[in-house]
Amino acid sequence: MSDATETADGLVTKRFLYVNRKAPHGTVYALEVLEMILVAAMYEQDVHVAFLDDGVFQLRKNQATEELEMKDFSKTYRALEDYGVEKIFLEKESMEERGLTPDDLVIPAATIDRKQMTELMDSMDVVLSA
Amino acid sequence: MLHLVNKSPFERTTLEACLRRAAPGSGILLYEDGVYAALAGTSFAPTIANATNAFDIFVLAPDLAARGYAPDAVIDGVRTIDYDGFVDLTIEKQSVQSWL
Amino acid sequence: MKFAIVVNEGPYNHQASDSAYQFVTHALAKGHEVLRVFFYYDGVLNANKLSAPQADDRNIVKRWSQLAQDNQIDLTVCVAAGLRRGIIDDVLAPGFRIAGIGQLIDSCIDAGRTVVFGD
Repeated sequence: MSDATETADGLVTKRFLYVNRKAPHGTVYALEVLEMILVAAMYEQDVHVAFLDDGVFQLRKNQATEELEMKDFSKTYRALEDYGVEKIFLEKESMEERGLTPDDLVIPAATIDRKQMTELMDSMDVVLSA
Repeated sequence: MLHLVNKSPFERTTLEACLRRAAPGSGILLYEDGVYAALAGTSFAPTIANATNAFDIFVLAPDLAARGYAPDAVIDGVRTIDYDGFVDLTIEKQSVQSWL
Repeated sequence: MKFAIVVNEGPYNHQASDSAYQFVTHALAKGHEVLRVFFYYDGVLNANKLSAPQADDRNIVKRWSQLAQDNQIDLTVCVAAGLRRGIIDDVLAPGFRIAGIGQLIDSCIDAGRTVVFGD
């Protein structure tokens, strides 16, 4: 657990983790977590985004939702960097279990192993999951 | 860190997902349908019994009671707490992660 | 301790709103402060005053309203999630207000603990 840090101008900066463990489209969680991250990016907070378990499917390339008339928000992940969200982590084991390789993904996210995921989660001040 | 698990291990994988990532010494609270994981005599009980070596595992008594189980139905080493204890745990464990 | 609470699911279908309510009432009884309960995803449906459960059941929406009135708890419904599900000012139960996700981030920053209740 890290202590929240206070900047010179008195602003508190906390380590936030947004946890994505669910696949897209079957439920709305992936989309609404993404919407939350886009807002969170406007705050001077230390934003981290983790993709593990079925959450790694959110980043799959070539999602084609036109026929279902559902929103394809997978392209929005590419915009995260422009919003200043750069600490994006994918769990290696979750990808391997699901037959995904980095080439299958819409963004070049950092891959960490399960042990590193444990350390990442354990170092957070605020964990928002859905 | 306090991890919260609210789903039966017979239906969902959230408890396993949590057990794979929780740091040793973390607390894990089983509540809502998560309480079924705390029961002695199930096929999942050995997993929990083993996990008590690495984690502080708790089960929420009102959720057990609502489902027809008394505190003595739980695995040795799993501690039964009430809502006051739940509140205390979130403070004691410094941060909280829900496995949904 | 100051708490921020997040409710991810609507009333009745999941236990999340009940669990959050129990947690909040017990935290308050122990002398803690609940800065905000933020309703997101289907959680926004907890604010629908048109909810009319049977008389022998708890009234989840009314119970939140009462809690807000008795303890000055800020019940905030996410505007974007609410619009998507028809939760607008016209159907808002007493004690709830509609605001942006920024309100959630603010309360997480100000609170010592954030606890999420979902499915």
